[in-house]
Amino acid sequence: MELLNFERYRLKKNVHSYLQGDLFIAHDVNSGSLHLLDERTFNVLKAIEDLQEVEEKVTSAGINQILRQTRKLALTEEELAEIIEEMEELRQEGTLFSEEAEGITPNYPEKPIVKAICLHVAHDCNLRCEYCFAGTGAFGGSRTLMDLETGKKGIDFVLESSGHRNHCEVDFFGGEPLLNFGVVKALVEYGKKAGSAKNKTIKFTLTTNGVLLNEEIQNYLEEEEISVVLSLDGRPEVHDRMRPYANGRGSYAKITPLIKQFTTKRPESSPYALGTYYYVRGTYTHYNLDFDRDVIHMADLGIKQISVEPVVAGPEDAYAFQEGDIDKIREAYDRLGEELLKRRAQDRNFNFFHFNVALDQGPCLLKRLSGCGAGHEYVAISPEGDLYPCHQFVGQEAYKLGSLYNENPLQLKPEVVKDFRSANVYAKSTCRECWARFACSGGCHAANVASTQKLTEVYTLGCELQKKRLEVALYIKIKESLQNNDRLADVSSPVPEIRC
Amino acid sequence: MAKHIQTIVKANLSATVKTGGCGKCQTSCQSACKTSCTVGNQVCVK
Repeated sequence: MELLNFERYRLKKNVHSYLQGDLFIAHDVNSGSLHLLDERTFNVLKAIEDLQEVEEKVTSAGINQILRQTRKLALTEEELAEIIEEMEELRQEGTLFSEEAEGITPNYPEKPIVKAICLHVAHDCNLRCEYCFAGTGAFGGSRTLMDLETGKKGIDFVLESSGHRNHCEVDFFGGEPLLNFGVVKALVEYGKKAGSAKNKTIKFTLTTNGVLLNEEIQNYLEEEEISVVLSLDGRPEVHDRMRPYANGRGSYAKITPLIKQFTTKRPESSPYALGTYYYVRGTYTHYNLDFDRDVIHMADLGIKQISVEPVVAGPEDAYAFQEGDIDKIREAYDRLGEELLKRRAQDRNFNFFHFNVALDQGPCLLKRLSGCGAGHEYVAISPEGDLYPCHQFVGQEAYKLGSLYNENPLQLKPEVVKDFRSANVYAKSTCRECWARFACSGGCHAANVASTQKLTEVYTLGCELQKKRLEVALYIKIKESLQNNDRLADVSSPVPEIRC
Repeated sequence: MAKHIQTIVKANLSATVKTGGCGKCQTSCQSACKTSCTVGNQVCVK
């Protein structure tokens, strides 16, 4: 007898069940729900997955055959019926085996609404980071700074091209944007006035390596409520190996006290990048596969909002990940998850960016399908005023969208806009079948192109790391939920009788 | 009470097809190399 009707429903891509730490977890991809399973239920789900691989109907005999083949305990008819009944209840509720919304593709207006720009105010840098995608600041061109006129044109561009959107974003980027701090200040002042005249608000952010983050600049960033991302790779030897000055000397000793000083000014910074926030972010490479120790190092410095990302590199780079690294990286994420839980239980909380997942309060499905909006909602602007889909494409002529100095700067190159708009989750065959599709939105366009030369093919190593991070993030969510329930139970339980 | 499955988060992502798409959320960055969240790490600001 068929137990559950799974006609045309592929379990593997729609319900991700896995073991993390001591928990058996099921993530219902289409609803975004999260369940904790007992081991038998987990085995049943996996058996159903296996049955679907050979396209067999889901019967109790089939499940038990798989369980025996995989050396798991077979279940009695009653046990199995009980598990299936619970699954069926959740299916009715829409939190397990939920269906994928059909025929959904992001619907864009004909004219792109660009609401965010990345202003490359400095194509120069005071560091020479080995892994820099920007060619140590110059983006393959000459070392140059953006002038005030171009910056103002950039702000005019986003205020105009954002149409009816009231909230715009301007990110000061480089190279190192603080090399052009005078222009940054003038542009913030200009942007606030120009935005106000159009009843719009501009949210300013700045990404810096911290070298020039003196007290005056720190205070300015505070007063102007500018969100900041600061670069630090972790332990001194790890940081200095990849982030030296031009003379080869490491930058850790200079920047760490400045970063510490600045982050203490923002104790309430949002882990979800809301309001005025900071993040200290690093990059890990083949050289520090135990990057969990670098995150912990930063946490020990008192930094609360931490992000560390895997390097994207060509195979010729010595620091690029190599075959066999992935298992070590997975183990590092496992260790980091456990350490984070341990510290939170001891009121020594910190946030690791990739472990923050707001399942029931996260973005809508349309946002998840379309991703970052590079090339049509967001553009990067070079010091010369040239427009590109994002900061990582700057200097790549094939992706140039236009120029602030064109007769009509709002007219973006239609074929590039179209290519980026169409590169959504459903345009990528790998993503369509992936359980993590709504969490990663098809990955980073630039990483995909660097790896596959196509916008619609994915950077598979990036996929594996994304999935691992999400697994640990969901695990942490469950662990914390269970701990909170325990605390509530402790509070609400009656005072025990004292018997003499 | 369920004996085998404990629901930790009950969500209805598919329903946001009807309610979402306002575009008010902060721009995301999938490479996370900038001052933006990746989509998976964002919250809806609506």
